[in-house]
Amino acid sequence: MKAIIRIGMSTSDIAAGAEDTFRAIESAVRHRQLDVTLKRTGSLGASHREPVVDIEIDGQSTLYGPVTPERVTPMLDQHFGAGERGVSDDWVISRKNDRSDYPFLGKQYKVTTKLCGIIDPFSLEDYLAHDGYQALKQALKMPPEAVVQTVKDSKLRGRGGAGFPTGIKWELLRKAPKHPKFLICNADEGDPGAFMDRATIEGDPHKLLEGMIIAAYATGASQGYIYARAEYPLAVNILRNAIAQAREYGVLGENILGSGLNFDVTIKEGAGAFVCGEETALMHSIEGKRGMPSMRPPYPAQSGLWGYPSNINNVETLTSISSIILNGADWYAGLGTAKSGGTKAFALAGAIQRSGLVEVPIGTPLKELIYDIGGGCANGRELKAVQMGGPSGGCIPARMLDTIIDYDEISATGAIMGSGGMIVLDDTVSMVNIAHYFLSFTQDESCGKCVPCRVGTRQMLNILQRLLDGRGRIDDIEKLRRLCYTVGKSSLCGLGQTAPNPVLTTLRYFEDEYLAAVTNDVQGQTKLVAEASV
Amino acid sequence: MELKTKKPLKKQVYLGQPQDPPPPELIAILDKYRGKPDALITVLEEIQHHYGYLPRKQLEHTARELGFPMSRVFGVATFYNLFQFSPPGRYQVRVCKGTACHVGHSEEILSYLKEKLNIDEDETSADGLFTLQTVACVGACSLAPIVVVNERTYARTTPEKMWDALEHLRAEAVEEVAS
Repeated sequence: MKAIIRIGMSTSDIAAGAEDTFRAIESAVRHRQLDVTLKRTGSLGASHREPVVDIEIDGQSTLYGPVTPERVTPMLDQHFGAGERGVSDDWVISRKNDRSDYPFLGKQYKVTTKLCGIIDPFSLEDYLAHDGYQALKQALKMPPEAVVQTVKDSKLRGRGGAGFPTGIKWELLRKAPKHPKFLICNADEGDPGAFMDRATIEGDPHKLLEGMIIAAYATGASQGYIYARAEYPLAVNILRNAIAQAREYGVLGENILGSGLNFDVTIKEGAGAFVCGEETALMHSIEGKRGMPSMRPPYPAQSGLWGYPSNINNVETLTSISSIILNGADWYAGLGTAKSGGTKAFALAGAIQRSGLVEVPIGTPLKELIYDIGGGCANGRELKAVQMGGPSGGCIPARMLDTIIDYDEISATGAIMGSGGMIVLDDTVSMVNIAHYFLSFTQDESCGKCVPCRVGTRQMLNILQRLLDGRGRIDDIEKLRRLCYTVGKSSLCGLGQTAPNPVLTTLRYFEDEYLAAVTNDVQGQTKLVAEASV
Repeated sequence: MELKTKKPLKKQVYLGQPQDPPPPELIAILDKYRGKPDALITVLEEIQHHYGYLPRKQLEHTARELGFPMSRVFGVATFYNLFQFSPPGRYQVRVCKGTACHVGHSEEILSYLKEKLNIDEDETSADGLFTLQTVACVGACSLAPIVVVNERTYARTTPEKMWDALEHLRAEAVEEVAS
């Protein structure tokens, strides 16, 4: 009998109490002297059932969750004999290897998060046993131009939010005449409500490194940086370990696998600034300065880090690379729509029954993601809107859930694809409040370099605060619209340019709520008069 | 990697009044990063890790020792959310302000704790026990609303439950001091 017990130990698992569960299982296994391999893995994505434990015996897996320490004994009894204390069906997530009996997992199509929750992120052997670094070996046999062409053919677009075709970005860096060239991985996942990148790193760090090394080979970069959030200590720890293992294995450092490629990766810890998600700001932060954006052009591919050609890719973009090389560009392009290939991971949260990390092919209707995978609105309430793209995105109303997940289609609604935060809002939520929430975030995070963003977002926030307080003025909505236009058009970087999106989309689809706030004007004034006379 | 960097400026940089030599623990941190201007954020992170916050005096030493203008050091330190300029309390209470938590009424938890502790955000209670902070997103949105106290996560919490938890921690601390 070959038995493996996998325990999800990602940050969200630990927050749900996975440490206690792990200790309980560990001591029970020791006590019973079971011949079992215990594995700490990343997250499977089913956050709503964490801590998740997977018991696999002779290739037959049963997935449990949430597993509290008290549930460990009956669970082990069930599988390793002894005892009649049955396991409640409520604890079982899935009894099938392909997870087809649990729609949250069964209906997903995983590429970048495929091994998350399966392998031990601290173990290189685990990764190697699942075709690890095979894509790199294959890529090194191809000319670099062919690798770039493969990525272009795969129709992979930047997963950080803007959706610029990755292959073209790589080609620009490849053609840049100056040396050295830098490759930067943006792991500064700052959107509130987005944790896909963290989950990917915590579950499968070598996949990111492999993507980076292939990118370095294709573009000619000699030094890589991973810009990670300091708020992600576990992810940083796992990455450090993975980098050390990769150096020892010979896929980082000089003359990688005998190909003559020299490339190394350094982790740079960010210190908490949302604007550092913007590429020029991020590079300033790596240089040890205030993370403020600068004008483009020159683009990073011409003059980036310390004035040298640089390329910045998101974690999810880079983790897609090894699968593209292994399975071919056609396979990847075939997963998505005509203009955009592959899959996209989302952090599904808010008023949803089954929340967590979800990966689906591009082109999937939002409806399918929210109802089939997410199980619809929680607590029997009615779904009002879906917020996509965090503070840079917008709200898509319930009646438009037929929209498919695709950069252009989502942009047409006024929201953006974004990095993957997806918050479901039910009918108890006030949309003016949501607009105010996101704007207070961008206002707080505005770096203050350019006037439209610094002053404009503050003025917009003042108006929204008035509306919330029931002191809305008759011309406030018009003023808000004008400010949205000005801030969006004239801000220096993406933060300011997209800051009006939450306001614009809620104005577009839920104008009645704004109007209701304005008509409160009269009541507000009478209230003030009444207070003054007391 | 060796990079061709610009020649150092000839300009005299004002580094503040001459003062006592920096403490040895600070020297130990700074020595690792001399000649690496891109490491300033890392240096500040290490100083904060050592002292629990960024003491003004140590920042002045840092500027003098590394040859940065004071404005650069303070500019970087005040830019990033991670850095604090006053000593933290024994418990750092961080209320998550992520979207899922906001929809789950984290605002109410924050204002309740503010009122009960009689402090504002980023302040420490008079007994030096609790520092109240907010965090953009913990990334455990399924457990919203969330409050993190030091390393411990309080999931699906409410204003009252959270206050009870803090009272409990306070009692623990008092007991520890007594014994």
